[in-house]
Amino acid sequence: MKLKKILPQLLTLLFIVLIFGFFTMNAQENMDTRGIEFGFGFLTQEASFDIQFSLIDYDGSHSYARAYLVGLLNTLLVAFIGIILATLLGLIVGVARLSPNYLIRKTASFYIEFFRNVPLLLQIFFWYFAALRALPMPQDATLLLGSSFMTIKGLYTPAPIWTNFDIFFTTLIVAMILIFFFVKFAKKKQEQEGKQLPVLIISLAIFIGLPLLTFLVGGVDLSFSFPELRKMSQSSYTFDGGMGIPPELIALTLALTLYTATFIAENVRAGIQGIGKGQKEAAASIGLTPSQVLKLVIMPQALRIIIPPTTNQYLNLTKNSSLAAAIAYPDLVLVFAGTAMMQTGKAIEIVGITMATYLTISIAISLLMNWYNQRIAIKEK
Amino acid sequence: MYKYIKKLTSLLAVFAVLFTFANEAMAAKKSKTLKNTQKKGFVRCGVSQGLPGFSNADAAGNWTGVDVDVCRAVAAAVLGDANKVKFTPLSAKERFTALTSGEIDILSRNTTWTLSRDADIGLTFVGVNFYDGQGFMVRKDSGITSTSQFKNGISACTNIGTTTELNMRDFFNSKGISYEPVAFEKADEVVAAYDSGRCDTYTTDKSGLAAQRTKMTNPDDHIVLPETISKEPLGPVVRQGDAVWEDIVRWSLNVMIEAEEYGINSANADMMKTSENPQIKRLVGSEGELGAAFGLDNDWSLRIIKQVGNYGESYKRNIADTGILPDRGPNQIWTKGGLLYVPPAR
Repeated sequence: MKLKKILPQLLTLLFIVLIFGFFTMNAQENMDTRGIEFGFGFLTQEASFDIQFSLIDYDGSHSYARAYLVGLLNTLLVAFIGIILATLLGLIVGVARLSPNYLIRKTASFYIEFFRNVPLLLQIFFWYFAALRALPMPQDATLLLGSSFMTIKGLYTPAPIWTNFDIFFTTLIVAMILIFFFVKFAKKKQEQEGKQLPVLIISLAIFIGLPLLTFLVGGVDLSFSFPELRKMSQSSYTFDGGMGIPPELIALTLALTLYTATFIAENVRAGIQGIGKGQKEAAASIGLTPSQVLKLVIMPQALRIIIPPTTNQYLNLTKNSSLAAAIAYPDLVLVFAGTAMMQTGKAIEIVGITMATYLTISIAISLLMNWYNQRIAIKEK
Repeated sequence: MYKYIKKLTSLLAVFAVLFTFANEAMAAKKSKTLKNTQKKGFVRCGVSQGLPGFSNADAAGNWTGVDVDVCRAVAAAVLGDANKVKFTPLSAKERFTALTSGEIDILSRNTTWTLSRDADIGLTFVGVNFYDGQGFMVRKDSGITSTSQFKNGISACTNIGTTTELNMRDFFNSKGISYEPVAFEKADEVVAAYDSGRCDTYTTDKSGLAAQRTKMTNPDDHIVLPETISKEPLGPVVRQGDAVWEDIVRWSLNVMIEAEEYGINSANADMMKTSENPQIKRLVGSEGELGAAFGLDNDWSLRIIKQVGNYGESYKRNIADTGILPDRGPNQIWTKGGLLYVPPAR
């Protein structure tokens, strides 16, 4: 009897081991006949290629491992900005889709229908090449907001130059911790005494006031370096100083945001519509204002419906960022699974590492969202 | 339980032995690639995604170019018909994996022969069908006429996964110029980005620059600078581990070059059978048993010359007449002052 239970399991295990063994042996055999060696030693070798855009210090004399890190950080940067912007836009459009105003409602639904039905790669190409064609050359660029330039070579903005940045940064963290405890205190006070403190205003005051204080007493100083036009040849110009954001990053973020926000907007709409009408009416009948109804009654319940499918959209956005390779944004796929793979020829190792990396990022996002989802779930008492 | 583990291990051992035998049996066969090609009835050839003069498809899907002609020559030699080729367009990034994984059998895609590629990643370069070097293209109205006028902050568009990326770094580093590399996966996007003004210069092999210039909105607005910053010997590549197939590809290319050297072309090849010169007779198959060495018939080289033509014909048809590089430069037969010098087919 016991045997009958174990046997299928054993057979399955055997099957998996054999399949895996076969692929390994096959790969080993093929690599042997072609004189390819398996190993991760290449990671410490000099990469000897440059990368256009990097968040950390990098040039070609650094190792392949460092190039991997540059690519990874660039991927995370796009994913991070994309997720935040897509969430904000999705939330606004999702609510707008339910607006009683005909124009707002129709605009929102037109936007959703249009952007979610055009393939993402096409949108990326559109934003990149259309924008490139439309944007001016550096010498013809007009001033934006007094100090920035939007040109075909990127967005040039003033770059902050900090003195004693570490003091400022530490104060910022201290301020956030203070706010965290203050919010807890205010909640407790409301539960015990029924008294509402102006939480938002006081939090903002701490958040802005404390770091500002460091300018006065902490020796922190902030100045800006402004982009300045410089002539390189008779017809080409560039900017010196300031901070240059490459058009590839802008186009990719824009495309990913606009595309993913449509799906998030639909999730938001579904979440709000999923709450019974009676809830809203009941809340209104006990005297809550419309914004309180949304904040205290509708949203906490709607979030439970919104979060799980939105997690999927976050994962999609992160994975879709690998389309960056098409428009030269140096993400993980372009830098590591592209250039590095070509220069080293270590296809199996590099594809393996890249897959494991995306898997790790995705699982991390999933875990975070699941944790948040559990936190806001209905707690049975 | 213990009994089952024992059984499991013995079963695993049996499988392991079986696999070893199977692999040894495979290794024993000679030129698996030739056999497979003849069985399939077509040569599997990896080419570029569109580089005029080298490998470019027209609207009807017909491939032309000097790189394409190498594959056509091999098809003429092993299958008797130069048209029996299946072309697979590959990006620079995909090309080597496609070859080592067995998706294609010849990679003829303006690929630079370097030590690390030859020795490190399981490939074998069989020869050179185009001597090239990396150069820069700039807009005419920039007034730049030499790389010495490059200034800090210049942005350079190029392809990823090529020797170009490495040479570019060496070049700018040695000149002490800071630059912004903008690297795309596909050549078409590089051209589009440079053409729109995203980059100040476009760098790749000079032949590539000349070919891609024809794709710009206004080709006359751009010039290729005279400096050559690297050696780029381009040639066909095969997988390591099949020496016979490697020889077939190598000598198919060599026959084309040697045929030009001896003045044999597609028009006069048949008449050359009765030539006085024994080397000409060997090349057109009326003397010696050259094909037998690869397991081919004796007309293999004649078919290459008749169906594809000699190297000069291929160059004229694809590169000179299309206005890409009318001057043959180093890609001339050694007897006429060029670099094309191949071992004798005898």
